[in-house]
Amino acid sequence: MDPNSDNGAPIIRIRELSTRFGTQVIHENLDLDIRAREVIGVVGGSGTGKSVLLREIVGLMRHASGRIEVFGQDTAALDDAGRRALQRRWGLLFQDGALFSSLTVAQNVEVPLKEHSKLSRALRREVIDIKLALAGLPPEAANKYPSELSGGMRKRAGLARALALDPEILFLDEPTAGLDPIGAARFDDLIGHLQRALGLTVVMITHDLDSLYAICDRVAVLTGKRVKVGTIEALLREPDPWIQDYFNGPRGRAAAGTAKGPGERKAGERDEDNL
Amino acid sequence: MTVPSSSASDMPWVEAKRQAGTLLLSLGGSWITQRIGRQAEALGATPPGDARRVSLDMAAVEAMDTAGAWLVYKTVKHFRALGLEVELTGAGKATASLIETVAKSDIPCPPPPAPENALIAMIARVGATTFFFGREARDLTNFLGHTIMVLFRLAVRPWRLRWTAWFSQMEQAGLNALPIVGLISFLIGVVLAYQGADQLARFGAQIFTVNLVAVGVLREMAILLTAIMVAGRSGSAFTAQIGTMTVNEEVDAMRAIGLDPMEVLVVPRVLALVAVMPLLTFFADIMGLLGGAVMATAVLDISFVRFARQLSEAVTMWSFWIGILKAPLFGFIIALVGCYEGLKVSRSAESVGRQTTRAVVEGVFLVIVLDAMFSIMFSYLKI
Repeated sequence: MDPNSDNGAPIIRIRELSTRFGTQVIHENLDLDIRAREVIGVVGGSGTGKSVLLREIVGLMRHASGRIEVFGQDTAALDDAGRRALQRRWGLLFQDGALFSSLTVAQNVEVPLKEHSKLSRALRREVIDIKLALAGLPPEAANKYPSELSGGMRKRAGLARALALDPEILFLDEPTAGLDPIGAARFDDLIGHLQRALGLTVVMITHDLDSLYAICDRVAVLTGKRVKVGTIEALLREPDPWIQDYFNGPRGRAAAGTAKGPGERKAGERDEDNL
Repeated sequence: MTVPSSSASDMPWVEAKRQAGTLLLSLGGSWITQRIGRQAEALGATPPGDARRVSLDMAAVEAMDTAGAWLVYKTVKHFRALGLEVELTGAGKATASLIETVAKSDIPCPPPPAPENALIAMIARVGATTFFFGREARDLTNFLGHTIMVLFRLAVRPWRLRWTAWFSQMEQAGLNALPIVGLISFLIGVVLAYQGADQLARFGAQIFTVNLVAVGVLREMAILLTAIMVAGRSGSAFTAQIGTMTVNEEVDAMRAIGLDPMEVLVVPRVLALVAVMPLLTFFADIMGLLGGAVMATAVLDISFVRFARQLSEAVTMWSFWIGILKAPLFGFIIALVGCYEGLKVSRSAESVGRQTTRAVVEGVFLVIVLDAMFSIMFSYLKI
């Protein structure tokens, strides 16, 4: 898309981040760069602070020390207006969608649009329709309440809401957890398609090895209170025992066997795949 | 496509020019959701006049997102529908592919269902609510029968009773409620004495304040306030506890293991309130009378001794027993409603909150209805 974006400064830059809960240290001097328009998967064992890291980036939690820069701005130093402006530039998909249960799907997507734009009512409806279609929801879903939807549909609705303001970064917290393998594969396809169509940067917490192989350009592994980043091939050469177990365990090998090679995916990047 | 923050300040603009049968629309600025306003939305509203062709020039567009792309696509669709030739020029590769993506996602959703006629909706709601209450009454009666059956079964085999759970519930619902129940009864005693004295002083019958406080507290106030406090404290807690267990599938797990939730969850709670309510009411009686006595001493110059002497003349043993005898029944009702609403929780967190509210409202409602019925009955029996 924008050719010079990949050489520019990273879109998210984390330096010497430390997180502590009481005496328990979660992150210590963690450094991580996330580049524009990449899909980065964040993996790690339970309790390594994947969700905590994501919550710290978006400002739902405070870190003990260190620096988190998003679009070159230190998130801790922002005033309210700056923080709100920043929040409009990213979208967040929570694990089970976190839809407002008293609103229909269409009204859920409307919330950020109503709050942060001056679109007329009619145009807002049209934009909502597009977002729902982009998220792969059937038109009938628009007027349903979250409790009437399946888990997969709720995730798609949550995704439509996350995309409401056309964010530049999309944060996903375990997008395929709780979906059946077919639904999970479809969701992976959808994320990949949206990333290409809208030029998104995607930061995705996941346990799903298939997702990593299918759509992630790079993988960040949280291990030993730090993070190791690289392509899967590069990570395979890491001596870290957790990484070795993760990628070379039976599930890791199975996922590697069935996945298209990353090179192949790159070649097909511009294909106009349908949902 | 995405917006470098430096250029995001430019408002979107359109310029219309006509030349030789062509309507030339030049677009510029940032066509993004947060910048699009009325004039950008009017993009397709320019009348084509006698033009045969429309040309959209996007060379000056700095940024565009899906909302902007949709406006452009909608305009193209609009002019094409009028039978005009439309061409897009000057769009970058990213913008062109975005417009294509939006075109593929042009699947209009059905409009939200129109709200019904207000009158019909109200009648329908009244009907639905009536049926709901009917069903609720039936199910609650059903649950009452079920509980009594389980209680009989346990009376035959008392070793199956969960003693630990029973005593723990008695501690939570009874012992821990003492301070609040005591304080409220004391204050009600004070209020009754003060208000009563104010009115009775007009007849020079201040001493009868003691009668008012004694009969009021012993027959009605102590038991009613205790029941309301217990419904708010323990009835709601029962619903919340059992409801949370239902949400976590703990109740289903119990059934799967072969434990009867009626025996494990409901009976200890019901028995706990039945046992504890008379004791709490007794405590409330004493605190209420104490409140009245303190008020009488402080404001009305009726000494403690006179208060006690008047008290023994004012009330019969029946006044005391009427209050105490109602207590176990009220406790039973409150616990029954609390447990019933808890087991009715569906598998969502919000339904826990809804059922808890309902448990308190229904519990207090039933207690007051029963109390009114008791009053009528006692007046027939002349007690």
